[in-house]
Amino acid sequence: MFMGFVSLTLAITYWASKRTVSAADFYSAGGGISAGQNGLAIAGDYMSAASFLGISGLVYTSGYDGLIYSVGWLVGWPVVTFLIAEQLRNLGKFTFADVASFRLGQTRIRILAACGSLVTVAFYLIAQMVGAGKLIQLLFGLDYWMAVILVGGLMMIYVTFGGMKATTWVQIIKAVLLLFGATFMAGAVLYKFGFSPEALFAKATEVHPKKLAIMEPGSLISNPLSAISLGLALMFGTAGLPHILMRFFTVKDAQAARKSVFYATGFIGYFYILTFIIGFGAITLVSTDLAFLDAGILEKTKSGIAAIRGGSNMAAIHLADAVGGNLFLGFISAVAFATILAVVSGLALAGASSISHDIYAMVVKGGHANEQDEVRVSKIATLFLGVLAIVLGIIFENQNVAFMVGLAFAIAASCNFPMLVMSIFWKNLTTRGALIGGLLGLASAVVGVILSPAVWEVTLGFAKGSAPIKLDNPALFSMAIAFVSIWLISVLDRSARADTDRDGFDAQFVRSQTGIGAASATSH
Amino acid sequence: MNTYEKIEQDPDYQELVRRRSSLGWTLSAIMLIVYFGFILLVAYAPHLLGTPISAGVTTIGIPIGLLVIVSAFLLTGIYVSKANSKYDPLIRKIVGARR
Repeated sequence: MFMGFVSLTLAITYWASKRTVSAADFYSAGGGISAGQNGLAIAGDYMSAASFLGISGLVYTSGYDGLIYSVGWLVGWPVVTFLIAEQLRNLGKFTFADVASFRLGQTRIRILAACGSLVTVAFYLIAQMVGAGKLIQLLFGLDYWMAVILVGGLMMIYVTFGGMKATTWVQIIKAVLLLFGATFMAGAVLYKFGFSPEALFAKATEVHPKKLAIMEPGSLISNPLSAISLGLALMFGTAGLPHILMRFFTVKDAQAARKSVFYATGFIGYFYILTFIIGFGAITLVSTDLAFLDAGILEKTKSGIAAIRGGSNMAAIHLADAVGGNLFLGFISAVAFATILAVVSGLALAGASSISHDIYAMVVKGGHANEQDEVRVSKIATLFLGVLAIVLGIIFENQNVAFMVGLAFAIAASCNFPMLVMSIFWKNLTTRGALIGGLLGLASAVVGVILSPAVWEVTLGFAKGSAPIKLDNPALFSMAIAFVSIWLISVLDRSARADTDRDGFDAQFVRSQTGIGAASATSH
Repeated sequence: MNTYEKIEQDPDYQELVRRRSSLGWTLSAIMLIVYFGFILLVAYAPHLLGTPISAGVTTIGIPIGLLVIVSAFLLTGIYVSKANSKYDPLIRKIVGARR
């Protein structure tokens, strides 16, 4: 099944490579993706193995806390629909930097937006690579380093040869398989309990060591400010993830962009409800079955939850075995592998586009790059990112990388999102304001994460309780720093460039609202 | 006058901008209130969410959490249907008048 998936995706890549000639083909699949397809692809980018296995694992260990995370990950989507999707499609061509720098000083804003993209992509990619290596090691018994090279290698093949077209189709196929597999699993769990959630919860609270506490918010949320800060990062980080924003350029027009987020929101919301049921299913069916437990840990802790073989991230995988036997276990393992590949490919493509379109074509060549050279640069950039991801994946093998996804969201929310939303909606934004404010947002997000308990105490090993900042995620202050400094510096900016920036707003706003002058579907 | 300045004078355009901005920002505000209302409940009143519904073990936190998920989908749906039925015809008129 696993080989079947790999051959299918390689066939798609071959097909796509024959049709990927121009830069528009490579970056945005020539604008030929339909709203429904793009909805699935966006959902696919977002439903990573980390969220499928991670959230169901979190529900498995903590119950209700898993739902709090799912909710946070979903609520960014409506905001993307209302404020970003159409405007982005009307103003941009290939990357969100196109939009952020639309009327501002091209060189400086492009470089900053590209840095914001690359840093976000890098942290997200490392987290995915390490997770992928560990998962494949568990699922297929490969050595960790071989697993990382396998994932990185396939990713480079998909992206360099097939560009956005192959990446999108791999994403769509994986999203359909994942939704199908999760629906089957949740259905099987509910079937065992006569389709009564109450019966499922009753059994779960009976066998879980935390008993009734799994039905309410628990220890995950340590203090109220921390909860709000994390909520901000999840909500607005979504609207600043470069690999997601890039997907709005693969559709024909603003209308299709808007519809595709609606479909994506539906798929993702449905998927998170399923993972919640799957997590509870695993509590009742996995933690009570000795076949899935580590006898040594069970002896010590007397808890089926703690003793799960391979750790809590394996809850959904073991559940697949429990409800569907070997065949379905194989299917879900293949889907998990597909998920990893699809998500890292999307990330690599977004990173490569930043390097080739923003840095090479727009900054180095001043917008006059030869199209073939630009595509060649992006392929080289993909290979470079692939090798880098493999090397970093191996270096970080034994590090705790859980904070990296949170960091990626914090940077997206504090650098990419403020620049983007202010440049779309605020006339007085100036190049200087966007540049300094965006940089401060980026810097404060990184510093805030380093000084947070997750990195200061867990990764760097300082004493418990010694972290200088008690927030799990810095978004609360790093977003405030970004927005306030963008505002203040823009207002005070009296340079000649600032006048040009402000004068450009009205024309930009008309285009963002009506699409007049927007890059067309076929030629871009 | 530039093309965009002419469009700015177009009453259809002004109506489009007025309607879309007010709906977009209103719905964003509703989503923020719903979500941060939920987060504040989680942060300050976790046990309230842990209140069982009737005699069972299912707590009111479960339907509330699911409701936030469903509301995100519904709000998006409201915006998309409004945009399809109201904004797109306006945009077509504005663009069509300039061909």
